[in-house]
Amino acid sequence: MDLFVLLLAIPLVGGVLLAVAGERAWAPNLNVIASAGTFVASALLTAEIVAGGPRMALGEMFFIDSMNVFFVTLTAFVGMTTSIFSGPYMRNEREHGRLTAPRLRLYKSMSQLFMFTMLAALTTNNLGILWVAMEAATLTTVLLVSLYRTPASLEAAWKYFILCGVGIAQALFGTILLYFAAERVLGETGNALLWTYLVDVKGSLDPTIMALAFIFLLVGYGTKVGLVPLHNWLPDAHAEGPTPVSAVLSGLLLNVALYAILRVKVLADGAIHSSFAGNLMMGFGLLTLVVAAFFLSRQKDIKRMFAYSSIEHMGLITFAFGMGGAVANFAGLLHMTMHSLTKSAIFFAVGHAAQKTGTQLMEDIRGLIKINPVIGWGLMLGTLAILGMPPFGVFASEFMILTHAMKHHPWATPILLLALGVAFAAIFGKVQPMVFGETQAKRLPHAPAIMPVFVHLAIVLMLGLWIPPYLTRWFHEAARMLG
Amino acid sequence: MSLSGLLWQLFAIVLALALAPLLTGWVNQCRAWLQNRSAPPLLQPYYMLHKLFLKDVVLAHGASPLFRFAPFAVFGCMLLACAIIPTLSTDLPFAPTADTIALVGVFGLARIFISLAAMDIGTAFGTLGGRREMLVGFLAEPALLMVIFTMAMIAQSTSVATIVETLAHREFVIYPSLAFAGIAFTFVSFAENARVPVDNPATHLELTMIHEAMILEYSGRHLALIEWAASLKLYAYSCLGLALFFPWGIAEGDSFLGLLISIPVLVAKLAIGGVLLAFIESINAKVRIFRAPEFLGTAFLFAVLGLLVRLLLENRV
Amino acid sequence: MTDVPLATQLINLFAAVILLLAFAMLAQRRVLTLINLFALQGLTLCLSTLVVAFTTSQAHLYWSAGLTLLLKAMLLPWILHRLVRRLEVKWDVEPLIKVPTTMLVGIVLVIISFNVALPISQLSSTISRGTLGIALASVMLAFLMMITRSKAIPQVVGFLAMENGLFLAATSATYGMPMVVELGIALDVLVGVIILGVFFFQIRDQFDSLDIRHLEKLKER
Repeated sequence: MDLFVLLLAIPLVGGVLLAVAGERAWAPNLNVIASAGTFVASALLTAEIVAGGPRMALGEMFFIDSMNVFFVTLTAFVGMTTSIFSGPYMRNEREHGRLTAPRLRLYKSMSQLFMFTMLAALTTNNLGILWVAMEAATLTTVLLVSLYRTPASLEAAWKYFILCGVGIAQALFGTILLYFAAERVLGETGNALLWTYLVDVKGSLDPTIMALAFIFLLVGYGTKVGLVPLHNWLPDAHAEGPTPVSAVLSGLLLNVALYAILRVKVLADGAIHSSFAGNLMMGFGLLTLVVAAFFLSRQKDIKRMFAYSSIEHMGLITFAFGMGGAVANFAGLLHMTMHSLTKSAIFFAVGHAAQKTGTQLMEDIRGLIKINPVIGWGLMLGTLAILGMPPFGVFASEFMILTHAMKHHPWATPILLLALGVAFAAIFGKVQPMVFGETQAKRLPHAPAIMPVFVHLAIVLMLGLWIPPYLTRWFHEAARMLG
Repeated sequence: MSLSGLLWQLFAIVLALALAPLLTGWVNQCRAWLQNRSAPPLLQPYYMLHKLFLKDVVLAHGASPLFRFAPFAVFGCMLLACAIIPTLSTDLPFAPTADTIALVGVFGLARIFISLAAMDIGTAFGTLGGRREMLVGFLAEPALLMVIFTMAMIAQSTSVATIVETLAHREFVIYPSLAFAGIAFTFVSFAENARVPVDNPATHLELTMIHEAMILEYSGRHLALIEWAASLKLYAYSCLGLALFFPWGIAEGDSFLGLLISIPVLVAKLAIGGVLLAFIESINAKVRIFRAPEFLGTAFLFAVLGLLVRLLLENRV
Repeated sequence: MTDVPLATQLINLFAAVILLLAFAMLAQRRVLTLINLFALQGLTLCLSTLVVAFTTSQAHLYWSAGLTLLLKAMLLPWILHRLVRRLEVKWDVEPLIKVPTTMLVGIVLVIISFNVALPISQLSSTISRGTLGIALASVMLAFLMMITRSKAIPQVVGFLAMENGLFLAATSATYGMPMVVELGIALDVLVGVIILGVFFFQIRDQFDSLDIRHLEKLKER
């Protein structure tokens, strides 16, 4: 059977099955098995692509090449670790009375379907289907954000739906404009939305229309990436939803949205023949970085703080891709990977910490090292990783971005350094007392499913020290394709 | 300026003077029929004018010369408006002066005089009516001008005669902009002529009055002139609407036969318009005064939409 | 003035009606009338697509028009009506800024949209290219409606009206998107409304009201 069909079918079938039978005892295991199966399929698919080069699937509807295949694997991997983490975590939540069985069923089936939509968005060749999948990804997670049914979570879910909905409507208009420009060159066949065809003719697409289309698409998909000033939904949605949902939203959905922007940027650059698209992305990226860094310092809720950290990192990545060129693109892709792994690890640790101490306010969490050393160290190491301390991988990518900026866009370097510095001070200043502070609480015996945290961090550490050659080759290839 | 042209022009003026009260009477009759009341006689406005002309004028102590002059000014403005709007033909001697913007100015002049006169005596209700009238006028004039701009863009001229001629000759095309402009014009004419839903002409409650409140102090021949002017205003607006939106039947030159046919056509069109006016008045309720800006804002909106639709859809610049 | 073919006149007429309905929805106070106006807009959209389909003999546009009729003029209004009935929504909609001001802002947005769309429609070769400006204008107006309403259901109707405008843009600039994309979009919209329906019940259970102002408490803590 075609590996690709397997890749998409497993989460889809899993989601449907869990929707029907999600309250049985074996349901959490089914969740893990389905995610593991997806990961295995994606790993095999990656091997196939690395060996054989890019290929189509299901006629010309899906296209897997060097840029999206590793994202696919990353998505599947984080999905698998999240489902491993969420089994005991959600069980704990249920025992504490914060969730009921039907809601857990909703959660499990929706997370599988969410996986499906993200994988579809990553691998589709049709830009219209990309839009459909992105909107579907939002829809599957709306009800998950409001899972706790508290007023705050309802508000977060409503903002999420409305703001992302409006944003995605802009993206639809951008897609229509893109189709319009493409039709003039490719004719009225159905090929005008297929990326593989578009990338061949990108030089002859009308520049004005493509510029306008890119603006709408950047604003539209940028809302889902969390670019300022369209980011209002992000802190609420990531903070009020259950931890596994925050982890996948922060770690995966932002990447997929940015991937969509990148695909379109390739076309826009080819059509406009100037650095208009890149400059726009740089501007948004810098703005996002600075605003997020400053908002970070005012946060009192730990999940909100890390949500703003996600926004900040996405801003940095957008800036990197905006700069363009082989080095900056390489750094951006590396950073996307690192950020996914690290942020999801942090959210796992934070989730456990919040569950143990019963609160998400940072002032009330103290001395995690004493309460449960595993969680404490997990959080500390994760924070160090996300702040860009060597030898973690985030340091390598941030370093590359900074040096490239210093060389080509020196005016941006002080802004970057300032923002990163402010974020470092804020996060470190808040996490340090949380982990090492004084506390009177007793040590808790409950052994958490903390393995995923350390697995992620180990990968990040390893990639910081040594990147395997096939990975380097992939990054280079993708970076070159991005222009 | 031929003699026959001059005669026809005079005849059009006399026709306006004669038909205006009849139009008002007709509208009142239709309203009564629709509201299941027994109607006043069709010629009731004439009887009222006759009665008023025979009565003495009673003036307040503090009335200034403006108060005595205003009814004549208003009457003169309305008569001028009726004279220059092409009711029978587009080629009468006054036709070159029939500029739509000037027409709006004439209506504005009448409004100024009557509002000043209302405030002249210094009573509370007079000032109330004057202020409300200015509010309505202030909001209605931009809408009316927008409608005129739309029509002027279609006909490439602001002269009413040219507009009528251009539209009468056009083959039947669906123009959304004309539809929008027509709706806007209807709204504006309802507001300007003090009809439900903006103002109830038959009300006795002073606090709900707009137009009636301004003329509370008038009596005798002054009141007769003002009532006649109000009828003329309704006649003028109706003829303007018919000329802009239903111009078929208006004679183009001064051929005797064309002009002769245009009279019954005009009467028929006015009759139908009167029925529609009564119908719309009967199915609507008067809105409270603070909603009047909303009503007129909607009119302005329609007018602007008509203009924009004209620019975008029909006149590819 | 050159002779304008009947098809273009009809399309222009329908586009003008859609714009008019967008403004009517903006100024409308009653929820049920709002939903009916939305259904009417869907119907007009369908008729416009049918005219284009008939004139240019593009088979897939017939399917597109049928899908629009089914979804936007029948199914979605029906779902919304049911929601309104079950949520026992009785209030009239009070906008956050006064209606005349909203209308004026709407007019400004229409002018902006027409300006933005002008260079694109000049490049287009379809029969209905003049309507791209109107499509963008109705998207903007729907967006305005969303941000000036304080209750949940009018915001949702605004969201759906935005999608209507986008559909009109797609059919006017290009002869509609490929069928598979349109089906996907329709599916998304339908699922979205269903999810929103579920969501409204959650909001109502929590707050006993569907006033969005209850949902503005999350500030920067």
